[in-house]
Amino acid sequence: MSASAFLSQLLQLAIALLLAPLLLGWVNQCRAWLQNKSAPSLLLPYRTIRKLFHKDAVVAENASPVFRITPYVVFSAMALAAAIVPSIATDLPFAHAADAIALVGLFALARVFIALAAMDLGTAFGSIGARREMFVGFLAEPALLMVLFTASLISGATLLPTIVETLAHRDIAIYPSLAFAGVAFTMVSLAENARIPVDNPATHLELTMIHEAMILEYSARHLALIEWASALKLFNYSCIGIALFLPFGIAQGSTDWTAILGAVPVLIGKLAMGGFALALIETVSAKMRLFRAPEFLGTAFLLAVLAMLVNLLLGS
Amino acid sequence: MSAVPLWVQLSNLFAAVLLLLAFAMLAQRRVLSLIDLFAAQGFALACSTAIVAYATRQPHLFWSAGLTLVLKVILLPWLLHRLIRQLDVRWDVEGLINVPTTMLIGIVLVVFAFNLAFPIAQLASTVTRATLGIAMASVMLSFLMMITRRKAVPQVIGFLSMENGLFFAATSATYGMPMVVELGIALDVLVAMLILGVFFFQIREQFDSLDLKHLEKLKEHE
Amino acid sequence: MISSLHLVLAAILAWLAIGVIGLARPRNIRFVARVLFSASAAVGLGLAGVALSSIGNAVQGLVLPLGLPDLPFHLRLDALSSFFLLLLGAASAGISVFSAGYFRPSEGAAPGLVSLQYHTFLAAMALVLVADDAYLFMVAWETMALASFFLVITDHRLPEIRRAGFLYLLIAHVGAIMILLCFGVLQGGDYTFDSMRLANRSAAWSSVAFLLALAGFGAKAGLLPLHVWLPEAHPAAPSPVSALMSGVMLKTAIYGLLRVTFDLLDGQLWWWWGVLALVLGLATALFGVLFATVQTDMKRLLAYSSIENIGIIVAGIGLAILFRSYDKPLLAAIALTATLYHALNHAFFKSLLFLATGSVLHSTKERSLGKLGGLIHRMPWVAWLALAGTLACAGLPPLNGFVSEWLLLQAFLFTPTLPQSFVNMLVPLAAAALVLAAALAAYVMVKFYGVVFLGRPREPNLAYAHDAGRFERVALCWFAAGCLMLGLFPVQVIALIDSVNVLLLASQVSRPGVSWWLLAPIDADRASYSPVIVLVVTVVVLLLTIQIVHRHYHGRLRKGPVWDCGFPAQTPRMQDTAEGFGQPIRQIFEQFFRIERVLPTPFDAEPRYFVKAEDHFWYWLYGPIARAAEWAARQIGRIQQGRISVYLTYSFFTLLALLYFVR
Repeated sequence: MSASAFLSQLLQLAIALLLAPLLLGWVNQCRAWLQNKSAPSLLLPYRTIRKLFHKDAVVAENASPVFRITPYVVFSAMALAAAIVPSIATDLPFAHAADAIALVGLFALARVFIALAAMDLGTAFGSIGARREMFVGFLAEPALLMVLFTASLISGATLLPTIVETLAHRDIAIYPSLAFAGVAFTMVSLAENARIPVDNPATHLELTMIHEAMILEYSARHLALIEWASALKLFNYSCIGIALFLPFGIAQGSTDWTAILGAVPVLIGKLAMGGFALALIETVSAKMRLFRAPEFLGTAFLLAVLAMLVNLLLGS
Repeated sequence: MSAVPLWVQLSNLFAAVLLLLAFAMLAQRRVLSLIDLFAAQGFALACSTAIVAYATRQPHLFWSAGLTLVLKVILLPWLLHRLIRQLDVRWDVEGLINVPTTMLIGIVLVVFAFNLAFPIAQLASTVTRATLGIAMASVMLSFLMMITRRKAVPQVIGFLSMENGLFFAATSATYGMPMVVELGIALDVLVAMLILGVFFFQIREQFDSLDLKHLEKLKEHE
Repeated sequence: MISSLHLVLAAILAWLAIGVIGLARPRNIRFVARVLFSASAAVGLGLAGVALSSIGNAVQGLVLPLGLPDLPFHLRLDALSSFFLLLLGAASAGISVFSAGYFRPSEGAAPGLVSLQYHTFLAAMALVLVADDAYLFMVAWETMALASFFLVITDHRLPEIRRAGFLYLLIAHVGAIMILLCFGVLQGGDYTFDSMRLANRSAAWSSVAFLLALAGFGAKAGLLPLHVWLPEAHPAAPSPVSALMSGVMLKTAIYGLLRVTFDLLDGQLWWWWGVLALVLGLATALFGVLFATVQTDMKRLLAYSSIENIGIIVAGIGLAILFRSYDKPLLAAIALTATLYHALNHAFFKSLLFLATGSVLHSTKERSLGKLGGLIHRMPWVAWLALAGTLACAGLPPLNGFVSEWLLLQAFLFTPTLPQSFVNMLVPLAAAALVLAAALAAYVMVKFYGVVFLGRPREPNLAYAHDAGRFERVALCWFAAGCLMLGLFPVQVIALIDSVNVLLLASQVSRPGVSWWLLAPIDADRASYSPVIVLVVTVVVLLLTIQIVHRHYHGRLRKGPVWDCGFPAQTPRMQDTAEGFGQPIRQIFEQFFRIERVLPTPFDAEPRYFVKAEDHFWYWLYGPIARAAEWAARQIGRIQQGRISVYLTYSFFTLLALLYFVR
């Protein structure tokens, strides 16, 4: 593994860690524009995280070490995922350590740990949040895997760099199966990132929460890490979407540094568009009742399966 | 993949969009959205026909595309909207079986249709014959929608989208039908819509509701 | 010259000897548990070592001067047997160590007697794995069934345990009959396996043999619809026995299926066998995991989870058959590798989980999930080691459950290269079902661990729970370490399994020149996974984050009461129950269960909530069969009139008929 490859890997990781809260701020900004309100500053998530780090942590008396270790585990899993998904370059040393299936496994690891931490304190809201999160995950994770399988059937590999290189290098071919997969992927990422229409990230009502209910007991640096990890998760999902459906602009190989550095503004542009699209979807949809969520996610799952079938039929 | 010309890829894409819309109609609950999805399906069909017409240089297909556009994207949805306004209904459509099960059955039908289409597609001579499976699948999905809906208007929309699927099958397998046949079918569909509109009013007057399970009561009068 | 097969035979005899010695002082717990079970653990380890060293060797055979006059006992040690002997030895070593610390004084069966049954069980399983003719196989199979039956009803004073044992024995015998018939169909002159390998059969008879083997071995493995004994027998048995049955005995059935399909029927496979096994396996997997989500007894939950894993294993076997029938040896090798790996993984993590429930049961006397909770504070050793088992069973990286699922999914992704379009399209659906089962397994495991170990204690007497003893800790550590090692070093394990691939399919998965830390079965550019790197990077980032945060900011922590959004009343009853956690799944999949619910009304003086999820198979399949059998028995019972003259008439007519026909 050359030094240049390592450097581009570290650059990608650093960009992910630094830009993830900015993406969150941008989505809030777009949503405010669409709703004709004035938004808080773009840098507010950074200030929130910094403020939380300064506070003293208050932990419940009956918390076990699982509760205290979970924020770190979740943050590490999301950071590793950010290192794996090719966002600015495809020659990444860590990308060989985990392919698409292992990526989904990493997301599952984070989800299981946070659910266990929610159940650790024995509160009603924690248990409800854990139960709902595992429930959404049970349908969303297979749908995500099916979307990645469609991409891997087209490109003949499950390693993300290979998928990106294959998809970016085909001549302007339009893949119908990717159209299905794109719709399914959008639905899945809305569900997994706790966005409307599945979960309202700004709600105060505990009985309607899914993700927020699990982290009610966290404070200070633990909460900061979890918030950062959530922003990283949204960033990762956006990068996966970009890698699968808009792969042009990602630098191939690790020797051409002009291409790699040029890929950074391309990435930022694509993320800005993606953030705007997310804000648009959130504005025009209403949050649906929790027992409609299986229908929503079931539709996503079946669309992803259909994408694989269409790929087998049409050969594309 | 560069060996596949652009127009075939576009045609494949529109086929996929057609199937996607058929599935979306299966999962949709609200009637107004159903009508919009049906209009979108008509639009996709018109575009696909226009592309095939342009690439294979068959001008009569341009007329077909135009006819589809006028009829399926503008006229029929307008008629349906007017019907719904006059009947004054805003339903949240509940089907006979719940949505996830319906979609699962839909997937099974799709697999069946795809398998059926493989050998038939070998016999066809057009380049777009791979999309025959998709056309059959969307016909079957529309049929399923007709079976599982309880209210009248969604059933009619199912019937109309089945016709969409059949038209698409014709376009992909044989580059369209003779113009006379097409005009005849278009006229039939229009007349059917007008008659069905009258029919709905009669049903509503008789039973005070458009739930089709009331039609079963007719057999008790024997 | 002592060959490995001789050593295996010595291990079997050692186990039998240990069992018999226990009869000398049956009531002496100290002697039986500490001395005998520890010795048996040593024998198990030795067996595992022998199997490990001999897995790459040539096939060895032996004929013993026992058995029938014209069919003495044939024994055979090849790569397939060695692999499963390795599984048996390693798992049983851990379970024996656990049992050494498990016995308590009670009025149940004498420990010496239990030890005899246990060691007979172990010896019989080992004998099944090395049998090379039908007679020895059936003798060992039946001994295995009987010994395990006695172990299941150790606590025979309770009627439901006797009932569970009876059901187990019944279905085991139904399976045994089918296996016997299968050997009858396969026979090629005499009943040795060598003659069966050389026999020529028509396609119809091969199919009959395969179906009989699938049904017979499936009954023992817990395949749909003959699975009903599993959720009854596993909870009824003592926990080490449950671990042994779930971890090892189910795998002997898998061994039998592999032996018949790939060894005895080799070269005569049909694609539709593969499709059948695939569909049946996936149906079993989904069924098992769905039922596991609604269970309220922790051992029943684990039993249903075992059904799920067996389903996944059989689905992998189906995939391997499919590839083999289309003559794609490399892909068949990948599918078979995934299957065998999963069998080994399951032995380790399921045994770990069952033993952990054994410790919990011992210290709290509670089996129901509604009466446990918060045990991580009172039983830290058990809780932390059970966490490893939970994460492994949920299929999360970097532990072992994930590796076998990864391999199986990779095998699924190769299938679009098959010539038949129908099978090609079946495969995305099969892959979808598999990932659905895997995702639900994570749900089940979070429910299990969260309700038992986390949260608050739901009963006041849980405050007196004590942690596991020394022997139990060693056993749990053994299994947890096994889960970790199997997860971190898949390349080495696959190198072992390749001996089996070479034997059965003449192809192998591992390629020379690939690094020891990177798992890349086909092509490093196509798919690769490195658990070591994942673990190391995660740990490094974790430690780095802790360091940086504590350095840059601070590490101050205060303990306070739990916030819970400011609600004043915080009782343990406010957290989720097991039924509550499973409620979303129960709601969606309501038609699959037969739910009986008793809901309280506002007017009840003592409100009561009761939910029971039952199996439809009882009412649709077993109920009618039982009624038909009873009806037939009653009809036949009419012969019994009770009068002597009638019986004499029967004898008289029989005499007349015999005289007529022999004339």
